[in-house]
Amino acid sequence: MFPPVPNPSVEPQKPQFGDQDMVRRSASTVPAPGRQLTPMAKLIDVSKCIGCKACQAACLEWNDLREEVGTFHGVLDNPLDLTPDSLTVMRFTEWINPGTDTLEWLIRKDGCMHCAEPGCLIACPAPGAIVQYSNGIVDFIHENCIGCGYCVKGCPFNIPRISRVDNTAYKCTLCSDRVAVGQGPACQKACPTQAIVWGTKDEMKGWADARIKDLKSRGFANAGLYDPPGVGGTHVMYVLHHADQPHIYAGLPDNPRVSPLVKAWKGVGKYAGMGLIALSVVAGVIHHLVQGPNRVTREDEEDAERLAGDRP
Amino acid sequence: MTDQAHNHHHYVDDTEAHVRVPRYSGMARINHWIVAITFTLLALSGFALFHPSLFGLTALFGGGQNARWIHPWLGIVLVISFFGLFLRFVSQNLPERTDAQWLSGIRHVLSAGGEAYLPEVGKYNAGQKFVFWSQTFFIVVLLGSGLLLWQQGLPYIENALGIRISIDQRRWAAVIHATVAVLTILVFVIHVYSAIWVRGTIDAMTRGSVTGGWGWRHHRRWLRRKVREGDIDVEPNGDGGKGRAP
Repeated sequence: MFPPVPNPSVEPQKPQFGDQDMVRRSASTVPAPGRQLTPMAKLIDVSKCIGCKACQAACLEWNDLREEVGTFHGVLDNPLDLTPDSLTVMRFTEWINPGTDTLEWLIRKDGCMHCAEPGCLIACPAPGAIVQYSNGIVDFIHENCIGCGYCVKGCPFNIPRISRVDNTAYKCTLCSDRVAVGQGPACQKACPTQAIVWGTKDEMKGWADARIKDLKSRGFANAGLYDPPGVGGTHVMYVLHHADQPHIYAGLPDNPRVSPLVKAWKGVGKYAGMGLIALSVVAGVIHHLVQGPNRVTREDEEDAERLAGDRP
Repeated sequence: MTDQAHNHHHYVDDTEAHVRVPRYSGMARINHWIVAITFTLLALSGFALFHPSLFGLTALFGGGQNARWIHPWLGIVLVISFFGLFLRFVSQNLPERTDAQWLSGIRHVLSAGGEAYLPEVGKYNAGQKFVFWSQTFFIVVLLGSGLLLWQQGLPYIENALGIRISIDQRRWAAVIHATVAVLTILVFVIHVYSAIWVRGTIDAMTRGSVTGGWGWRHHRRWLRRKVREGDIDVEPNGDGGKGRAP
């Protein structure tokens, strides 16, 4: 068993990190932080998940969210997708392993992966609406969010959801408020099987190694860690029994990366676009300075008057 | 007429012009003003979301949320009002043989007094037709890509049409919308600069008429037609009908 985070003291505590620890801030720059926090991570061991949804309940509870009462769709997924209120959902997949011709029930807890290279933050046009701290947490700051949905286009995992109530974007915060006082995320606290564990990223990688060794000894030859390098690694990682094909876990991307379209749009595109427009104005000014105004002459008027019969 | 001769020309104040030629009706001008104002507001709110250094422009609309909210609605106003302009002007913007001739003399177009070397043109020259058709095309593309980017409006469109727009399609829409927005603003700069450089043109937008000399110099075939039709105002006292002191 991974040593659980001890219960907190009941004394009020000062937050252990804050604005001074930002390493990125959307549509703006931040000074380099004076210290580097220990990178943290949540490890979700899919092979240990029993699909009880305690994590979903804990998430709603801690974040004081109420999901709308839905309707039954014949599957265990409930709700069917992430919403502005459901920041995490269990995705159930009935998968037939072609090697053994047996049914495997794959259950993946979906939610924000807290990428080291966050596509949402890169795409965001509102200064300070998305921030990244040096411990790896990517957080949405709602008072700065304008509800444009660019984060939805930036995210390689299809995570952010825009609320129709306040028109701002919602996603898992990795319980940044709990982490700030030395606690782990609420979902981790509630998980009865330690399918979710919390610690430093190094600790989690070490714990994952032991889990993968155990899975391999049980015949899952392709067991492995999902910490995709295409987004610089993530601060929510999975242990997968079939790490060679992440897509079987309800469409987990095999090789996630920030779309080149988003990078072109929010990278070179914005400079090229503004540059071209500025250049066109400068060209106009130079043309006017060189050519002078194109004025109608008295002769033109006289010719027109002659044509109009007003002048012989 | 040579370029050199121009140096000795007396330039005229339009109040000295005896002939004024109606170019745009009141309704056409109102229509154009609506397009001009919505285009400008769209560009300002669009710039704010395009480049972080311009996010401050959202203050003009009462903040980021308001700028994000109003941009697509302004877009719809633009599409409808531009369609009005399209219907008004399309018949005068059809391509004709002189357009190629005019374009081949583009260096004369760009030099003051170069008109002498260009064919006589009707109501619109090839450059103006380029502005008309490129803006028509760009606005259609901006409408299509803009609808896909409309976070709040898209679900209604998806439900109405029974389709789902994938996130990758929305990414394409974002790139296309931004690219075409830049192109449409470049054409806007050409349009506005031409109106400023070719003196006497703004009158057409504000007063609805131009001087006879302006017509003779820039749109002689159009002027001949107007004279033939008798659709001109001749003011022998030469105050252009405004009663303004010269």
